[in-house]
Amino acid sequence: MSDTSPPLLEINDLECIRDDRELFSGLTFSLGQAEVLQIEGPNGSGKTSLLRIVCGLRLPDKGGVHWCGEDIRGNREDYYARMVYLGHLPCIKGDLSVMENIRVLLDTRSMTLPDSDIEPALYKVGLAGFEDVAGKALSSGQRRRVLLAFLDLAQADLWVLDEPLTALDVQGVALMEQMILEHREQGGSVIFTTHHGMQLDCDMRSVRLGRVS
Amino acid sequence: MGKAFYHVLMRDIRLALRSSHELANPLIFFVLVVSLFPLAVTPTPEALRAMAPGVIWVSALLAVLLSLDRLFKQDYEDGSLDQLMLSPNPLMVLVLAKVLAHWLLTGLPLVLIAPLLGMFLALPSAANEVLVYSLLLGTPVLSLIGAIGVSLTVAVNRGGVLLSLIVLPLYIPILIFGANAVDVAMSDMSVRGQLLFLAAVLALSISLAPLAIAVALRITASR
Repeated sequence: MSDTSPPLLEINDLECIRDDRELFSGLTFSLGQAEVLQIEGPNGSGKTSLLRIVCGLRLPDKGGVHWCGEDIRGNREDYYARMVYLGHLPCIKGDLSVMENIRVLLDTRSMTLPDSDIEPALYKVGLAGFEDVAGKALSSGQRRRVLLAFLDLAQADLWVLDEPLTALDVQGVALMEQMILEHREQGGSVIFTTHHGMQLDCDMRSVRLGRVS
Repeated sequence: MGKAFYHVLMRDIRLALRSSHELANPLIFFVLVVSLFPLAVTPTPEALRAMAPGVIWVSALLAVLLSLDRLFKQDYEDGSLDQLMLSPNPLMVLVLAKVLAHWLLTGLPLVLIAPLLGMFLALPSAANEVLVYSLLLGTPVLSLIGAIGVSLTVAVNRGGVLLSLIVLPLYIPILIFGANAVDVAMSDMSVRGQLLFLAAVLALSISLAPLAIAVALRITASR
């Protein structure tokens, strides 16, 4: 990529109003390749809303999100093929096995992988041997780990992670940190929010959202 | 795109088959309501025959209405709906697959059991045949229109009443033409007009409803 090409993700003059309360306005930042960005702010400051706007799930009240120089609303296909969003919700179906859950998630990205590719990812997140266990039998931490395996397999350039450390134990947190570092080394970018301390051994920028009183 | 359609369809069918008690609910409701009617009125064949088209159609309509919640509720609550909306594939194709799965698992069983209930209610065999055709054309429309309503109300707590208010007015033409087709068939007149109308509404719904559902889901998600 040449220096003149636009950054991966650009946020321009974003404003979000929720229930007549302005969460943020005039928010502008950009994210390039191999960059890690943390969204900081107290509860209710609009971190989740911001990430949902970045994904195009929520419409901003003003401003826009641009992916490779194009507005994401006119460019969903390319954008969604190259990004993954993990929100608060588990996305795990209790009636499907771990393997089926991962397949369903990959299917929505039009990725079909053989079992032999999925098994190493499950091993990596500490779920080896859980392939045939039903989603409802998993603990909430294990459900998060299934999502980490999905993240690992998704081959996306941009990860948008909303509180990725929720319900994870110490090893899980370390795993998440390691995955972000690896992703960055391979040229991937990450935007995340967290209230837990994430110790990332790399350059990391942050955007702070304040409560507007 | 075709593959994405197939994957969503298979996922929904598999999920529904794993929780089969939910699957049987609309069918049991349909059979119970229709078979209770003869007990409540004078069960002469003439009386039963006269009310059969209306009773069967209204019960089928309510059975579909009661099952609509299942279409998006669980996906909304566990976050799968977000992932579906973040798919690189067009959302309208994916929702059409979901609606097709819903119809295959609720509408189609109703269509298949309907002739038996028609016999309970002393429908002549010609009218029974028309009953199957009219339900075959009508129930997919009920699923498609219902899906628009569900996608608007899925985020509303206890949105059931709201859903009925949105969806029922749109169901009424289907009910009228569907039941009327069976009625007319009993007097040995041509039902071509009614069936063609239902087929036209079905074609219109298949082409336009997915668009409306996709837009409604995006509105719901942006709350």
